[in-house]
Amino acid sequence: MSVEMAMNNDDREGSEALLKVKDLSLSFFQYTSGLRQTELKIISNMSLEAYSGEVLAVVGSSGSGKSLLAHAILGILPSNSRLSGSMEYKGQSLTPEKKEELRGKEIALIPQSTTYLDPLMKVSEQVMGSSEKKDKEVMRKRQTEIFQRYNLKAAVGRMLPHELSGGMARRVLVSTALMSSAKLIIADEPTPGLDERSLDETLKYFKDMAKKGCAVILITHDIEAALKISDRIAIFYAGTILEEARIEDFRNDGEDLRHPYTRALWNALPQNRFQAIKGHQPMQDELNGGCVYFERCSIRTEHCSKDIPQLKRISGGLVRCNNVS
Amino acid sequence: MYLKGENISFGYRKDDLILNNVDISLGSGEVLGLVGDSGSGKSTLCKILAGYEKNYQGSVSIDGKKIPSNTYNPVQLIFQHPEKAVNPRWKIKDILNEGHVVSQDVLNSFGIKKSWLDRWPNELSGGELQRFALARALSPETKFLIADEITTMVDAITQVQIWESILDIAERLNIGILVVSHEKNLLKKVCHEVVYLSRINNAGLYNELAFRDMQNASLSGMVPE
Repeated sequence: MSVEMAMNNDDREGSEALLKVKDLSLSFFQYTSGLRQTELKIISNMSLEAYSGEVLAVVGSSGSGKSLLAHAILGILPSNSRLSGSMEYKGQSLTPEKKEELRGKEIALIPQSTTYLDPLMKVSEQVMGSSEKKDKEVMRKRQTEIFQRYNLKAAVGRMLPHELSGGMARRVLVSTALMSSAKLIIADEPTPGLDERSLDETLKYFKDMAKKGCAVILITHDIEAALKISDRIAIFYAGTILEEARIEDFRNDGEDLRHPYTRALWNALPQNRFQAIKGHQPMQDELNGGCVYFERCSIRTEHCSKDIPQLKRISGGLVRCNNVS
Repeated sequence: MYLKGENISFGYRKDDLILNNVDISLGSGEVLGLVGDSGSGKSTLCKILAGYEKNYQGSVSIDGKKIPSNTYNPVQLIFQHPEKAVNPRWKIKDILNEGHVVSQDVLNSFGIKKSWLDRWPNELSGGELQRFALARALSPETKFLIADEITTMVDAITQVQIWESILDIAERLNIGILVVSHEKNLLKKVCHEVVYLSRINNAGLYNELAFRDMQNASLSGMVPE
């Protein structure tokens, strides 16, 4: 633990990633008509590494399947899914048995939807239930403290989930992770519906968790939230990662960014140019084996439609594009 | 034409009000932002204005007249999660045309592709689905649109695309829009004016809407730290 605590961005080189995901692909089998099945690809060739003491944001639009990355790491995918690629935790292969052993203890998930709460259980009981069985009084004290920190009234603890507002439910979900002593925290869309104050506070807690030596993976569509606290940002688009950039690359007109999509995303932010590019993210049946960004790309060449570009390292980041160097 | 909510109070319990004597007014062609802390009752206010929540005190009216409940509601509400607002067992084209046949003009401005119409809702992303939710709500009879965090879940590029379409159609049809969002930068870009809904205080005294002109006051100054 002390080794992990001492680590930070600068002396990370040479140290091992807490979690390594390599060439992860994920697809689902679905029945279409009768007994005919089709395979729906959601994630293809995704690689990432999470380091202790760092916040890594995975940014992509909602419905693009990035939550399933979290579910894949935790081993809670439905049975009609097929997963390939490799995952390592602390240098050891993450097998389904290992996932089951670690989840909720060393690896904690802050789920996306408030429907992950039990609708028939009081909020405080659910928050306490997420951690190991210790002295109940201690847990309750801790829960009360966390609720106070999040500006949740004592009465909230006695409520049922349907009585909570969106933002309150969100804070309750974050509280569950704070109760545990996890080393890897995967936060799946923890920010929508939070007002600015709660948002900043929530993000600060993730940053604090990282400072205490946790590795935090922040899965979000909200690039602004990601910019506030992350050390690195991975851009998820049509099932894969197009770029992994350092936080300081996001500035001015995005000239330090490597991929044209990342730059377009940056320029679309309301505080920047609020400018859109044409088109939409391709759906799985619209992909034709070439670069997933081909249709919308401003720097495409003929070669790009032929096969998927490899992820390559350029000026301290990663990019999946043929035409940047 | 004005949509007005006057003296609106609402609570799930009698002794615990969420909204207390709130007044709000939205004119045709106006784009009004609504901000407020989490739990301050923004979504509840939206539901009341659009006629989803009936159990409230006070009045909601258009030009002084009560909004009839037995016909098309000129106040249309769009939710944050379009996947919860559509029937998962209907094809997109049926969902789209349930209320009225949506004009090609509207489909074009939302960039809706023909090939999407034969899909099921779970085969579209949230951003695409939200375009359908908006297109079907923007009928010629719609006078006011309540947009409750409608682009919170989409990526920044889709957000710009969606807002460009809405503002374009709203201007042509002279529709008034209430924009609920936590994102100040977005409100600065799309709204004429922004109001702040404060959280009801513990004593349950009153709730006030502070009107500020966007030209005169910076939005950051409006939200109490």
